[in-house]
Amino acid sequence: MLRLLQIEFIKLWNNNASKVLIISYFVLILCMALLAAIKFDIGPIQFHVAEQGIFNFPYIWHLNTWIASGLKLFFAIVIVSMMANEYSNKTLKQNLIDGLSKKEFIASKFLTVFAFSVISTLFVFAVSLILGLFYSDFTEVSIIFSDLEYLLAYFIKLLGFFSFCLFLGILVKRSAFALGFLIIWFAIENLGIRFLVWWVAGKEASASVMKFLPLESMSNLIKEPASRFKAVQSMVEQVGEQFNKDYTVHFYEILIVGCWTAIFIYLSYALLKKRDL
Amino acid sequence: METILTVNHLTKKYGYLTAVKDLSFSIEKGNVYGILGPNGSGKSTTLGIVLNVINRTAGDFSWFGGSISTHDALKKVGAIIERPNFYPYMTAIQNLKLVCKIKEVPQDKIEEKLEMVGLLERKNSKFSTYSLGMKQRLAIASALLNDPEILILDEPTNGLDPQGIHQIREIIKKIASEGTTILLASHLLDEVEKVCSHVIILRKGEKLYSGPVGEMLTTYGFFELKAIDGPALVTYLGNHPSFGPIKQENGLITAILKEEMTASSLNQDLFNNGIVLSHLVKRKESLEEQFLSLTNHKD
Repeated sequence: MLRLLQIEFIKLWNNNASKVLIISYFVLILCMALLAAIKFDIGPIQFHVAEQGIFNFPYIWHLNTWIASGLKLFFAIVIVSMMANEYSNKTLKQNLIDGLSKKEFIASKFLTVFAFSVISTLFVFAVSLILGLFYSDFTEVSIIFSDLEYLLAYFIKLLGFFSFCLFLGILVKRSAFALGFLIIWFAIENLGIRFLVWWVAGKEASASVMKFLPLESMSNLIKEPASRFKAVQSMVEQVGEQFNKDYTVHFYEILIVGCWTAIFIYLSYALLKKRDL
Repeated sequence: METILTVNHLTKKYGYLTAVKDLSFSIEKGNVYGILGPNGSGKSTTLGIVLNVINRTAGDFSWFGGSISTHDALKKVGAIIERPNFYPYMTAIQNLKLVCKIKEVPQDKIEEKLEMVGLLERKNSKFSTYSLGMKQRLAIASALLNDPEILILDEPTNGLDPQGIHQIREIIKKIASEGTTILLASHLLDEVEKVCSHVIILRKGEKLYSGPVGEMLTTYGFFELKAIDGPALVTYLGNHPSFGPIKQENGLITAILKEEMTASSLNQDLFNNGIVLSHLVKRKESLEEQFLSLTNHKD
């Protein structure tokens, strides 16, 4: 297993483009901490983001995982190209001839993606913990470590999304086209399937079908946190509206994304096995 | 004798096209094999199948007597097929380190192999800056990293300039002289003739011949003759039971033997019959002539 990771590490780390993108990705996660520095000081209006309670435990877990998961699109470039480049450089063929089995090839890619997801989750955990300890109003251990399921959801979400990228890389074989396909797939889910089912079977049916689609199920794992924020809620209440939204991470949602991950990895393997190189 | 590769009734179809048809052969340790055939005869497809990159339609093959899986067997094989494929953004050293990881062999032979193919001074240059000849030599270095039981080369001199071709041939000859089993696919006959002890001849995916180079055609060779009295020579040869057809071209008479005969005994006979030769050469058919006569026969 370590050997497979090392193989992939050599390929990625010696590629300057990948190296820069990987480093920038993790730097961007660190940059979330800069949110705390946002301060408006215009005469009578004083506004300091960090003091608005957005960094309160356990809300911070939700907020930060949600923000950080937006960055995954950026990392998709690395994942897709690490797969598609093996085709365009024909190194996949050479790897197999040198004695890597097709199973090991897929395993090395999946392990890499797994490792990146773990590291990214740890990064988000560390950044959030430090931000929280600085700015949170509550610092009791029991509160700090509540709602940690958002981190699990974040990890599952990354793993699922990156597996999808790997699959697209194998399917399309060219990085630019694979990224294009990713965008098209997003449109198919959100415009095509959503409204097709809506039109055929009504709004409820559409909502329940959407839950099972790959990209939508991934984005469902962590719901948008803004409306949960107290300041926003009180503002909405003043207008006379009320939010009744379920923000929790459900087990079945994790299961759906887990299934997609397994399907994408299996399909990648099946495709590789079937193809003549 | 130890068998390295056995191929049984291998078939590969691309839709309607049959690229390899019911092909069987085996590779024994210590020999140098050539797979010969015109372009599109199924050489690369056959190698692709045994190297795990092309799926077979029917038949099977086994490495080292079938005791280990194909991908483990490939760790004991060195192979170069068609163009050299490496990561363009990595240096020679980095690429070879990666190959060592894949093949699960120590990295201490990298310098030695780079030295052997004459790339040691360029070891820290990126692969993308290499010329085609250098790329091909790096591929050979990479294939030799594990001191393979068998080296498989598919058209190793394709697209190289004469100097590059010469360098690659010297390297192959050197490896062959060290006793490594080699399987060389090529459509260049002189290349195969120079290094191979055994040949497998393919045409349109079918095997026409496999065995030692010398036994490809059972012939006794032929004489090239010139005499002052040409017509008398032709008449004599035409009446002689040991000769087949007689050809005449620009005054050079070619007589194909039907049985064994030495040049000196022919010379003696002719002299005794009052025919004086000005030119006498006994030759065997070259591999090219044998190959053409084999592939044309079956048309």
